[in-house]
Amino acid sequence: MHMPIPEAALIARKGEIVRALQRIVPGEGVVAEAAGLVPFESDGLSAYRQTPIAVVLPETTAQVSEILAWCHANGVKVVPRGAGTSLSGGALPLADGVVLGLSKFNRVLEVDYANRCAVVQPGVTNLGVTAAVEGQGFYYAPDPSSQIACTIGGNVAENSGGVHCLKYGLTTNNLLGCELVLMTGEVVRLGGKAMDAEGYDLLGLVTGSEGLLGVVTEVTVRILPKPETAKALLLGFPTVEGAAATVGDIIAGGVIPAGLEMMDNPAIRAAEAFVGAGYPVDAAALLIVELDGPAAECAELTGHIRGLAEARGADFLRISETEAERLAFWAGRKAAFPAVGRIAPDYFCMDGTIPRRALPQVLTRIAELSAQYGLGVANVFHAGDGNLHPLILYDADIPGDLEKAEAFGADILKLCVAVGGVLTGEHGVGVEKRDLMPEMFDPTDLACQQRVKCAFDPGLLLNPGKVFPTLHRCAELGRMHVHRGKLAFPELPRF
Amino acid sequence: MIDTTARMLKPTTPEEVQSLVAEAGAAARHIEVVGGGTKRGIGQLDPVDLVLSTQRLDRIVDYAPEELVLTAQPGVRMADLEKLVAARGQMLAFEPPRWTRLVGSRGEPTLGGVLAANLSGPRRIRAGAARDHFLGFEAVSGRGEIFKAGGKVVKNVTGYDLMKLMAGSWGTLAILTEVTIKVLPAPRAETTLLLFGLPDVRASEAMAIAMNGPWEVSAAAHLPAFAARARPLKAEMPTTALRLEGFEASVAARVDGLLGALKGYGRIDALDGEHSRDFWVQIREVEAFAGDPRPLWRLSLPPAAGWRGPHGLPGDALYDWAGGLAWLLTEEPAAKVRAVAKALGGHALCLRGAPAFGPRDGALGALQDRVKAAFDPLGVLNPGRLEGAA
Repeated sequence: MHMPIPEAALIARKGEIVRALQRIVPGEGVVAEAAGLVPFESDGLSAYRQTPIAVVLPETTAQVSEILAWCHANGVKVVPRGAGTSLSGGALPLADGVVLGLSKFNRVLEVDYANRCAVVQPGVTNLGVTAAVEGQGFYYAPDPSSQIACTIGGNVAENSGGVHCLKYGLTTNNLLGCELVLMTGEVVRLGGKAMDAEGYDLLGLVTGSEGLLGVVTEVTVRILPKPETAKALLLGFPTVEGAAATVGDIIAGGVIPAGLEMMDNPAIRAAEAFVGAGYPVDAAALLIVELDGPAAECAELTGHIRGLAEARGADFLRISETEAERLAFWAGRKAAFPAVGRIAPDYFCMDGTIPRRALPQVLTRIAELSAQYGLGVANVFHAGDGNLHPLILYDADIPGDLEKAEAFGADILKLCVAVGGVLTGEHGVGVEKRDLMPEMFDPTDLACQQRVKCAFDPGLLLNPGKVFPTLHRCAELGRMHVHRGKLAFPELPRF
Repeated sequence: MIDTTARMLKPTTPEEVQSLVAEAGAAARHIEVVGGGTKRGIGQLDPVDLVLSTQRLDRIVDYAPEELVLTAQPGVRMADLEKLVAARGQMLAFEPPRWTRLVGSRGEPTLGGVLAANLSGPRRIRAGAARDHFLGFEAVSGRGEIFKAGGKVVKNVTGYDLMKLMAGSWGTLAILTEVTIKVLPAPRAETTLLLFGLPDVRASEAMAIAMNGPWEVSAAAHLPAFAARARPLKAEMPTTALRLEGFEASVAARVDGLLGALKGYGRIDALDGEHSRDFWVQIREVEAFAGDPRPLWRLSLPPAAGWRGPHGLPGDALYDWAGGLAWLLTEEPAAKVRAVAKALGGHALCLRGAPAFGPRDGALGALQDRVKAAFDPLGVLNPGRLEGAA
């Protein structure tokens, strides 16, 4: 992975840039010395590191606006950052850019139960939103595994998912509004507390735009009443095919569980060794199915799903009897990444989505690739929505291992696209999958997306080097190539 | 205004669509894009040289019920599509309305039109809008380029979410030539609870109680007396309706829970099965307001403030989306209706009798204009349709 070549002239202006930022954010809000910059060198994709020119930590929308306006006027690149938990390198700094951290925007501004929403600053953690409303029996539905640390602003930028998004949707389906600062420093409000807004749906467009279109300084999220009960089932299968077929049967039968997860044998073993959740370590595949709603519904569907699983050869079955047991069932899955981190020095977490029917074929091919590259792999899978997370095990201290892991990961994602899927289900493109974008999109598709970028940030100063493999200058993209020559369909009637 | 002099073409392939758009751009001509043509009266269209209908782009490309996705061309008629998915026990969860009787049009809406207008019915409050079920597309931009975005799987964050931009763009950015949407299992059972005689503010409270509990209310509406008079209600007083859907045992349990929570709101009746379905079709289609000559407004507001909007505007109102959607018949000036909606934190769309959209201004208006220009710099597609007016 290569970042665009830094502009030496910008790096040389460090003193001037730092002074300008200090004028806008006085006190300790600007970090410029080497030691202070270390914690900002990387995000959740720790394979890549870069020291920025400086980090600025504003506290008000007015400061964010001034910072962006100054950077815009002075041609300085900006990388927005929430908690820095991105798994795709979305917050990876640039050598010739400044990092704009939103960590000081950490207040819940308003909880409005009558309208079932909360207005929060972007630095509030995902779990912090639920914490603010759970006393009244509400919660915020999207639940990325990093929810204890990741922030709502980052969730908006990445359109984060989680194990419950099969039933409750991704971030984009749970937002009502935001305040957005454009690269020019202009402040716009998108949406609000109503269910839709006038004009183009820029809120939907900005969600998942990976910090390339603007900086979010306030977010209005939908909150939901907590379900009356929740139950989880653990279902162990001697074959991956049996587990995959059960998932298809559940959904085709009209049930959308609150969560529907699959783990393969290496992932089961790693998780069990780490947290002792009671997983069947000899199973080829494990399903965790969560049902929520009235007790009567959970009871009815538990029996129904149990029947489906047994018909597909499930030979291990447990149903949570208590809330503590339900959480224990999930503990292994939620800790799958760190659990795998214990069995290998380093790992890459991939994030493709595939049509579920292709799962057995894809897992077989991943096993072949694993043998070919000589790198281990464990698979966890949001089975309900087809979102696959192969964890590629490697050792960064072994020369060539990182490059091998990158190549293996690229092969997996190309495979996902080849079977009708996509490069990323919830982690974002970032720098990690940037160079694979042409696998899914042709140059015209990418040009259409980049023109949207140009409508928001014509100088390409906001988070460049992410998402798009090549950044074309906006003037070049804006040109219309009009051909007046031959008619492609001469038989069609004309004007 | 619907231009009846322009010639209508019905291309059968994306390449034909592309060719027509590219030529229009080169010749400084303008195209009106229509699906079923049932919403042509909404928005102010400038004169066009050509009407492009997607009616003959009407193939189902792929339907995989167990993957919860359906890919089709935009000209597929909604009636056909809903029949197809119903046969597999599924539905379009956003409950798309037709609004044909409401706006006095004829014909059958198409999938492309429903997405382009982001039309969503009563289940909006629980399942989301059309935009939330729009997974991917191929289209011809105003530049005359064929491009695609999104994917054909239910979970995807690869690239910008241009589906959100297309939903509600009213055909002003690109002409959809293929779309992929999410389909979901249809509920096995439904029951609608009816509360009677509540003034608007009490109805708003009752709907909030229902929405704020764990009963998974899938629709909440409030009708004044004149709207409740029709079948199947035949009630002579204001009526508030709450729908519960799902598996039989679950619906029964939630009905019990909700009845308990609404003690103190008087007599509560129930509509089951077919009666409940018929009732919500009437709400979806705003039947009570069909055929009325007065200007027709759709106010999207914070739900708890919903009842306040019409109270500042003399006329007749009814409420969907737990109060968040107020339908209003009023002779008040358009600028006043928009100002009231804005002051309450929402906006107003006029379906009949005044310009549909409000003015675009400030930094946000300029940004919207730049987004339009990114896809259609020459203004070929649906010129003027989204133009606002006070």
